[in-house]
Amino acid sequence: MATATAPNPASIGLTRPKTSLSSSLWIPAYSLWRRELVRFYRQKARVVGVIASPLLFWLVLGSGFSKTFQSHGGASVASGATHYLSYFFPGAIIMIVLFTAIFSMMSLIQDRNEGFLLSVLASPVSRSAIVLGKVLGGATLAAIQGWVFLVFCPLAGVHTTPLGILYAMLAIALTSFSLTALGFVIAWPMDSTQAFHAIINLVLIPLWLGSGALFPVSGASGWLRFLMLLNPLTYGVDMLRNGLFPTELTTFSPEFNLMITALFCAVVFAGSWAVVQRRTNKPAA
Amino acid sequence: MATTQQLDRSPQTTPKNKPAGQFAPHAPIELDRLSHDYGTRLALDGLSFDVRPAEIFGLLGPNGSGKTTLFRILSTLMVPTGGHARLAGFDVAIEPNRVRLQTGIVFQATSLDVKLTVGENLMHQGHLYGLSGSHLKARSKEVLERVGLTDRKHDMVETLSGGQKRRVELAKGLIHSPSVLLLDEPTTGLDPGARIDLWNYLRILRDEQGVTVLVTTHLMEEAEHCDRLAILSAGKLVALGSPSELKSQIGGDIVQFETASADAATTLGARIADRFGVVPVVVDNAVRVEREQGHRFLTEVVEAFPGEIVSVSVSKPSLEDVFIQHTGHRFWLDQGEEKQ
Repeated sequence: MATATAPNPASIGLTRPKTSLSSSLWIPAYSLWRRELVRFYRQKARVVGVIASPLLFWLVLGSGFSKTFQSHGGASVASGATHYLSYFFPGAIIMIVLFTAIFSMMSLIQDRNEGFLLSVLASPVSRSAIVLGKVLGGATLAAIQGWVFLVFCPLAGVHTTPLGILYAMLAIALTSFSLTALGFVIAWPMDSTQAFHAIINLVLIPLWLGSGALFPVSGASGWLRFLMLLNPLTYGVDMLRNGLFPTELTTFSPEFNLMITALFCAVVFAGSWAVVQRRTNKPAA
Repeated sequence: MATTQQLDRSPQTTPKNKPAGQFAPHAPIELDRLSHDYGTRLALDGLSFDVRPAEIFGLLGPNGSGKTTLFRILSTLMVPTGGHARLAGFDVAIEPNRVRLQTGIVFQATSLDVKLTVGENLMHQGHLYGLSGSHLKARSKEVLERVGLTDRKHDMVETLSGGQKRRVELAKGLIHSPSVLLLDEPTTGLDPGARIDLWNYLRILRDEQGVTVLVTTHLMEEAEHCDRLAILSAGKLVALGSPSELKSQIGGDIVQFETASADAATTLGARIADRFGVVPVVVDNAVRVEREQGHRFLTEVVEAFPGEIVSVSVSKPSLEDVFIQHTGHRFWLDQGEEKQ
């Protein structure tokens, strides 16, 4: 593997194929990750939309519901939080994360249709690099926006400790990662964004609705409660609540929430890794 | 782990004195009974041929002839269902990453990220091929100079014209100094000036860098630019050779008699065959005959069958005539009829 052995003119500037992990995994993954971020901040409308829409959502929905829930015996529903706005705050953050994850994975379908993905697939990068770069890119964007939304904590009546904030940030990061990876698994085999929209409405939005973001698990009963307990996002939302309202009793213990959320991350990441590994007799893209 | 793979490579190819690096005495592209079927449809049917080092090789065929399938296989995006394809001695199905390092690919659809600058696209591509740091910067500068876009380095790709984008694609394909360059219908959507530019770049690559270039095309006039051509029809290789060789195989001139209808053409064809002892090809409402001294033959036929012929023409054989000669039907009618 020596450099510049052959005197053939074709070898001028020829690169030795390095087979180290850094050249086949970390550098390409970093490059794909960076691309996600660059693309995001170059599309200003995306930046505005993703911050502004959850804020609007939170204020409008939260204010509207707070009246309704209070008249129906508010305090118990909001599990101790006096205002529904406070209760809904973690849910709103998870919504930002979900939206960003969805949007960035929609770009996967776009990449496929535009041919960009084709050139990535035809390059010698390890398939893990594609997953890692793309999922971490989307997750970073989602997490940053979730973190930015934490500045509204004072408005939401959050009284927490620095450690609580760190824990909340961890919850946001893990949830960002798992939702992006989930989006990756769904988007990978698709070739139209319309089909992806259908899945968003069918799977991802209900996942959020039934995660304790809008109403607590304790407030649900029967089959709904059962489904909420099965929903891995429930534990992410609850984990975020642990961080933001450390003094309050949440549905599950912080340790249990962390464990399930981390497990969810691992499972969906393994899933997205598995979907890209296939190399078949069918057209790749 | 990959360092040892060069030693135990495919036993079929028997290099005597293998030099270091990739300049092994392999044909840049070798196809060995390569077949591919999509379930029911056979897209490639036992293709075997070699592409020689530092030539511009054309894959000519109408839509549905199998050239896209072959391109997908060569670019390692799809594993063939039968036979072998080797690039620089590496089997595409067994060692795709070795193949990928040797190959630069320019897809038909744009593979650029339009939200990134020209320079960023090249850096990204370099990263995918394991390049980084100052070496990548130097390569990026070099390929941009080669395609004449140094001044557009910091421009967003979406601001470039179609021809410029194609040049960036080319630069992108060359960033890792591949020994083989694959281009899928590279002149699609380019104006005549940009087409000429592109062909000039490809010749420079061939002559100065010794790069082997494989181009797919469905355009006869494009195929004329190639050193050698493989003509595909319905997944089969129907002819192989340089454009002039292929045309000279036809021998004389192409004489064409057009009649009022397809039936009339069939009748006329049979009668010409009877009377002159030639083998005419009937294509739609025309009868084509390949013949030395076409103009003389033409007068004889017109005199023998007055009133049946609507118009006549004599021409030197074109690549389309080569295609008709080998398949018995017109280039464009090929699609949709057979395996497609």
